[in-house]
Amino acid sequence: MSGHSTYTPSNGFTRWIDERLPIIRLSYDSFVAYPTPRNLNYWWTFGGILSMMLVVQLITGIVLVMHYTPNTAMAFASVEHIMRDVNWGWLMRYMHANGASMFFIAVYIHILRGMYYGSYKAPREILWILGVVIFLLMMATAFMGYVLPWGQMSFWGATVITNLFSAIPVIGDPIVIWLWGGFSVDNPTLNRFFSLHYLLPFVIAAVVALHVWALHVVGQNNPAGVEVKSEQDTVAFTPYATLKDSFGMAVFLVFFCWFLFYTPNYMGHPDNYIEANPMVTPAHIVPEWYFLPFYAILRSVPDKLGGVIAMFGAIAVLFVLPWLDTSKVKSARYRPLFKQFFWILVIVGCGLGYLGSQPAEGGYVIASRILTAWYFFHFLVILPVLGLVEKPKPVPESIMADVLAKNAAH
Amino acid sequence: MATMDTAEPSRRDFLYIATGAVAAVGAAAAVWPFVDQMNPDASALALASTEVDVSAVAPGQIVTVKWRGKPVFIRNRTPDEMKKLAAMDAKSLKDPESDEARVKKGHENLLVVVGVCTHLGCVPLGHAGDFDGWFCPCHGSHYDASGRIVQGPAPANLPVPPYEYVSDKVVKIG
Repeated sequence: MSGHSTYTPSNGFTRWIDERLPIIRLSYDSFVAYPTPRNLNYWWTFGGILSMMLVVQLITGIVLVMHYTPNTAMAFASVEHIMRDVNWGWLMRYMHANGASMFFIAVYIHILRGMYYGSYKAPREILWILGVVIFLLMMATAFMGYVLPWGQMSFWGATVITNLFSAIPVIGDPIVIWLWGGFSVDNPTLNRFFSLHYLLPFVIAAVVALHVWALHVVGQNNPAGVEVKSEQDTVAFTPYATLKDSFGMAVFLVFFCWFLFYTPNYMGHPDNYIEANPMVTPAHIVPEWYFLPFYAILRSVPDKLGGVIAMFGAIAVLFVLPWLDTSKVKSARYRPLFKQFFWILVIVGCGLGYLGSQPAEGGYVIASRILTAWYFFHFLVILPVLGLVEKPKPVPESIMADVLAKNAAH
Repeated sequence: MATMDTAEPSRRDFLYIATGAVAAVGAAAAVWPFVDQMNPDASALALASTEVDVSAVAPGQIVTVKWRGKPVFIRNRTPDEMKKLAAMDAKSLKDPESDEARVKKGHENLLVVVGVCTHLGCVPLGHAGDFDGWFCPCHGSHYDASGRIVQGPAPANLPVPPYEYVSDKVVKIG
């Protein structure tokens, strides 16, 4: 993919730059001339959408910091000050809060697209692992950001999540006290979360750069799941991918704006409009929706350490996914059994999300246990076995052959 | 360096290792203040104690006081509740501990426990749950009227904080 550069400086000035810092050449080779498979569908626009959301979160976040006060006595009031007094403050905060949800919607689609089309398989293992790292960083960032408004859900969410570490034998309790900087979640905790919430997005941006670098070394996967073999299989990034991505972003922005302007609190929780009270836990605490499947896994195990291990294991299993799937065929299009199990996993994931939002009692717990067991069964048993027993359909010879076959069918 | 495989470790090798070791110790020493600054500071460590007049706690009542930023429950248990507790088999519990070991002699009816669920730190609700003790709404742990875990994910009983009777009526926690 990273073949010879086709960039030629058009005038003396750009030639002068190119001989000293070939930054225009790098941009040209990466985002203009870069060859993309010609059969990419709209599921491939989510990489661009995610880059856009990262920028939205960075800009709105930097603006919010200009008006927010990270102190337990003033944090809650300063957020209300942003909502009521600051010019356009309501817009900035709603963009940031809903933007986080949109970010997660896009990242879940992006991850599922990778799973469906086998984008994690050789030679894209490191690309995939970097993606899982970004996902983890996003979760840490979102969690710490949710604490900053210092509402009831902020406080108790912070308490429950930091207490997860107390499940570690022997050193668990000292770790929790170290994380808190005290004997409960308090001002030191709020301050350090604020500091890290500001830092982590830039770390994410750096890992995204590595992710894109790895992508440009191995090239994009595509719906057929066969590698690029000749120039015929590709089109130039600009204008083809640029415009397709832009259209995807525009449609996604319409979706974002619908939440932003019509139901900005839909994905939030009313309890977070009550200021944090360390003496009273709300009757029903739930994390933000994007953590619910993992929360359901945590609660499904009746043992404290076991629950924490299961929850982190649910993410850790993604790191080794490239080695759990033993099939040589990438795309689910040509894997009739895998395709069915993929959709079952999607349903299981949504089911766990629903169960995570329900109280931890009775039938909900039993259902969580069944779905949690299936989640791990899918990755640890079904995927390795499926590669050995499944008879895949014939895979197209090349991307071009796939495109031609599709057009001939019309 | 391909010819080095049979050679004795040279003076240069020793210098490399010694230099590296000194650098590693130096780096670790420099990192420690950055790690330790996150631990509780002097103001958080200054052990606050709380004095409570327990004569005002009526039978059946639970009073919540704040100690070290955490809620502490003071519960005056009714004779009925004491009878139920006496009938329980402490050995069958997840964290076996008798009720007598959790109270002060002469004040058996009065229970003082830290009101923080040992699962993930929520504040349990009083007079709730299947055992008429406490119920944690977060993840469904049931405690009895002695604050002992009977059912649910919590691994341990509600801890009894250090406390003493400074007079017949006043308890000093901490």
